[in-house]
Amino acid sequence: MSEMTYRDALNLALKEEMRRDPSVVTFGEDVALYEGSFKVTRGLLAEFGEERVKDTPISENTIVGVAVGAAMGGLRPVAELMTVNFALLAMDQIVDHMAKIRSMFGGQTFLPMVVRMPGGGGSQLGAQHSQSLETYFMHCPGLRVVYPAFPADAKGLLKSAIRDNNPVIFLEHELLYNSKGEVPDDPEFLVSFGRANVVKEGTDVTIVAYARMTVLALQAAAELEQAGISCEVVDLRTLNPLDTETMIASARKTGRAVVVEECWRTAGLGGDLAHRIHEACFETLLAPVKRVAGLDVPMPYSRKIEKLCIPQPESIVAAVKEVLHGN
Amino acid sequence: METRLRAVLPDQQLIRLYEQMVLSREFEESCAEQYTKGHITGFLHLYSGQEAVAVGATAGLHKDDYILSAYREHAQAIVRGADPKRVMAELFGKSTGICKGKGGSMHLFDPSLNFMGGYAIVGGQFPIACGLAFSAKYRGEDRLAACFFGDGAVNQGTFHEGLNWARLWELPVLFVCENNFYGIGTEVHRSSAIPDIHKRTCGYDIPSEKVDGMDVLAVYAAVKRAAEWVREQSRPYLIEAVTYRFRGHSMADPAKYRSAAEHEVWKARDPIPAFSKRLLEEGIVTQPQLDAILEKARAKVNEAVTFAEESPWPEDGAVWEDIYV
Ligand SMILES: Cc1ncc(C[n+]2csc(CCOP(=O)(O)OP(=O)(O)O)c2C)c(N)n1
Ligand SMILES: [Mg+2]
Repeated sequence: MSEMTYRDALNLALKEEMRRDPSVVTFGEDVALYEGSFKVTRGLLAEFGEERVKDTPISENTIVGVAVGAAMGGLRPVAELMTVNFALLAMDQIVDHMAKIRSMFGGQTFLPMVVRMPGGGGSQLGAQHSQSLETYFMHCPGLRVVYPAFPADAKGLLKSAIRDNNPVIFLEHELLYNSKGEVPDDPEFLVSFGRANVVKEGTDVTIVAYARMTVLALQAAAELEQAGISCEVVDLRTLNPLDTETMIASARKTGRAVVVEECWRTAGLGGDLAHRIHEACFETLLAPVKRVAGLDVPMPYSRKIEKLCIPQPESIVAAVKEVLHGN
Repeated sequence: METRLRAVLPDQQLIRLYEQMVLSREFEESCAEQYTKGHITGFLHLYSGQEAVAVGATAGLHKDDYILSAYREHAQAIVRGADPKRVMAELFGKSTGICKGKGGSMHLFDPSLNFMGGYAIVGGQFPIACGLAFSAKYRGEDRLAACFFGDGAVNQGTFHEGLNWARLWELPVLFVCENNFYGIGTEVHRSSAIPDIHKRTCGYDIPSEKVDGMDVLAVYAAVKRAAEWVREQSRPYLIEAVTYRFRGHSMADPAKYRSAAEHEVWKARDPIPAFSKRLLEEGIVTQPQLDAILEKARAKVNEAVTFAEESPWPEDGAVWEDIYV
C-alpha cells in the first residue's frame, strides 16, 4: 500500500497498463506535451513516446471516433476528453457508434476502449463547465459507466476499464483529484465492474451514492453518528453495470434509504435507483426513499449560490433525518 | 480518346468488373421488388446507377484495406465479397443475415472481409476510418482505410475534423466521395459553398482529384493510383467520383425534385451498358457471354431471395445478445 492522490492513482493505472500491454495508447487534447489539463497523464509522453501518447486537435467527436476505429482495428485506446462537458460534442460518436457498433453489427466486433472525462461541479466554473452528465451515459445501453470515489478504486477500476473488452465511459471527479488514500501497489490489483462497495456499515439508514457524493455521504454519516444515527453507505463505483443487489440488500437491512446524485434531479439516475429500491423492498421499507440531487438549474457561477445547486453533507443529513422521522 | 480497356487490365478482370456491376444492379432491383412486397421494411437506399464507383474502387484496393461506407452500401459489401444470400437475409431481418438481422440495410458489416460497416449517421464514418488507419499505422500493417461517403456528408463537422486529423497524424485514409449531386432532395449547389467537392481539401493540404464515376475503369485506375500513393506516403487523399443515383434517395422518395430531362441524360450514361459496349467493341466478350452473365447474376439474386425467405427469424432471446462482450 502507498498513500497517493486520486490523480496519481489514475496516472499509475495508465502507466502500469501501458507498460503491460503495447496495444494501449492514449490521446486527447493537451494530454501529451502539456501532460493533461488535470495532469492525469503526467510523465506518460516521457516514458512512452509520441507514438503512444498523442495530442489531438480540439475535435471531441473525432477523438471518440478515432478511439472507436482504433479499438476496432485491435488497439486499446484510452481517449481523454478534457472535461465531461465537452462530451456533448461527442455524443454522436459515443451514443451512435461507441455504444451501438457491437450490437448493430451482430456481435462481430468489440470495442476495447476507454473514454476518460473529468467532471462534476463545485469549482465556480459556470454553467458550461460544471455539469454532471452521468445519467446521460447510464441511460444508453452498450456503454459501461464507471465513476470512482477513492484513489484505490480509481486505480483498480481504470485498470479494469482498460482491460475490459467493452467500451467504457470513465468519469473522474475534478474535486477528488487531490484527495488521498491508500492504494495497493500490486500491478495486478483490479476492481471488478458491477460490485458496489459498502464503505461504511450501519443499521438505521442506507445512503446510496457514487463518486464525490460518496465522500459527502461519509461526512454526513460521521456527523449523524454523533447524533446517534447509524448510516450504511453504499458506493456504487460503476453505474453500468449497476450492482442493484448490494444496494437492495442494504435497504432491506436498514429499512430506509437515501439516494444521492450530483446530476439534475429531474429524470436523474437517482429516480431510477429509488424506484429499484421501492420495487424490491416495498414490503419492508419503513419510509419512502428520499432523493438528494442537484438542483434543476443551469449552474450559477457565484460560489454563494453555486453551493445551493450541488448536494452538500448538510442536505444529506437533512434527508436522512427526514426518512427517519418524517418531515 | 478512351483508353483501350486491355491496356489497363487483362480480359478476365475486365469481365469480373462487369459481372460485379451487373450483380449489384440485379441485387438492388430485386431489393426494390422485395420492398414493394413488404419483405424488406424500414429504410432502403438503393445504389442503382452508382455501381461503377463501388466496383472500380474495390478493384483498386487491396483485400487487406479497410472499407467503410454509409447506408447505401449493399453493393459495396457484395463487391467486397459478402455473400448476397446473407446480405438479402439481413435485409429481410432474418437470423442468417450478415449481422444476424440486427443491422438491416444500413448496417452491413463483415470484418473477415475488412468491410468495416455501413453507417447511417451522415458523416459518422470519418472518425472511425481515421481510427482504423491509425491502428494500421501503429501496428505497422500495410493497409489503408477507404472511406466512402456522399456529397451531403462533406458538410458535417466530422468531414473537416477527419481531414485535418488524417493529415496531421499522417494516416493512410483514402476518402472517396460519391457525388451523386443530391443529399435526399437538396442539390449539391444548394448545400455546399464549393460544389466541386474535391476542392474542399485544399485547407488541409490533402491532394484530391475528380473522376468520372460512371466509368468503372476510370474509377479503378484513379483509386489504384491513389491507394498506392496513400500506402507509400502514409498520407490521406481524396477522390470525388461524379455519379448519379437512378432511383430516389430511398424507396420512400419519388424524387420529384429532379427533372425527367436530367434523369435521361444520366440514364444515357448508365455505367453498365457503357462498359459492355466497350467490352464488345474490343472483342473482350460476345453478346451471348453478356447474356449469360446477366442470367447468372439473376440466378444468384433469386437464390438469395429464396434463402432469405426460408431463413428463420431471430429468436426472441437475441434481443439481449451481442450488446456486451
Ligand atoms: C446526422 C444525420 N443527419 C441527417 C440524416 C438524414 N439523412 C439521411 S441520408 C441524408 C442525405 C445524405 O446525402 P449524401 O451524403 O449525398 O448521400 P447519398 O444519400 O446521396 O448517398 C440525410 C440528410 C442522417 N441520417 N444523419
Ligand atoms: Mg448524394
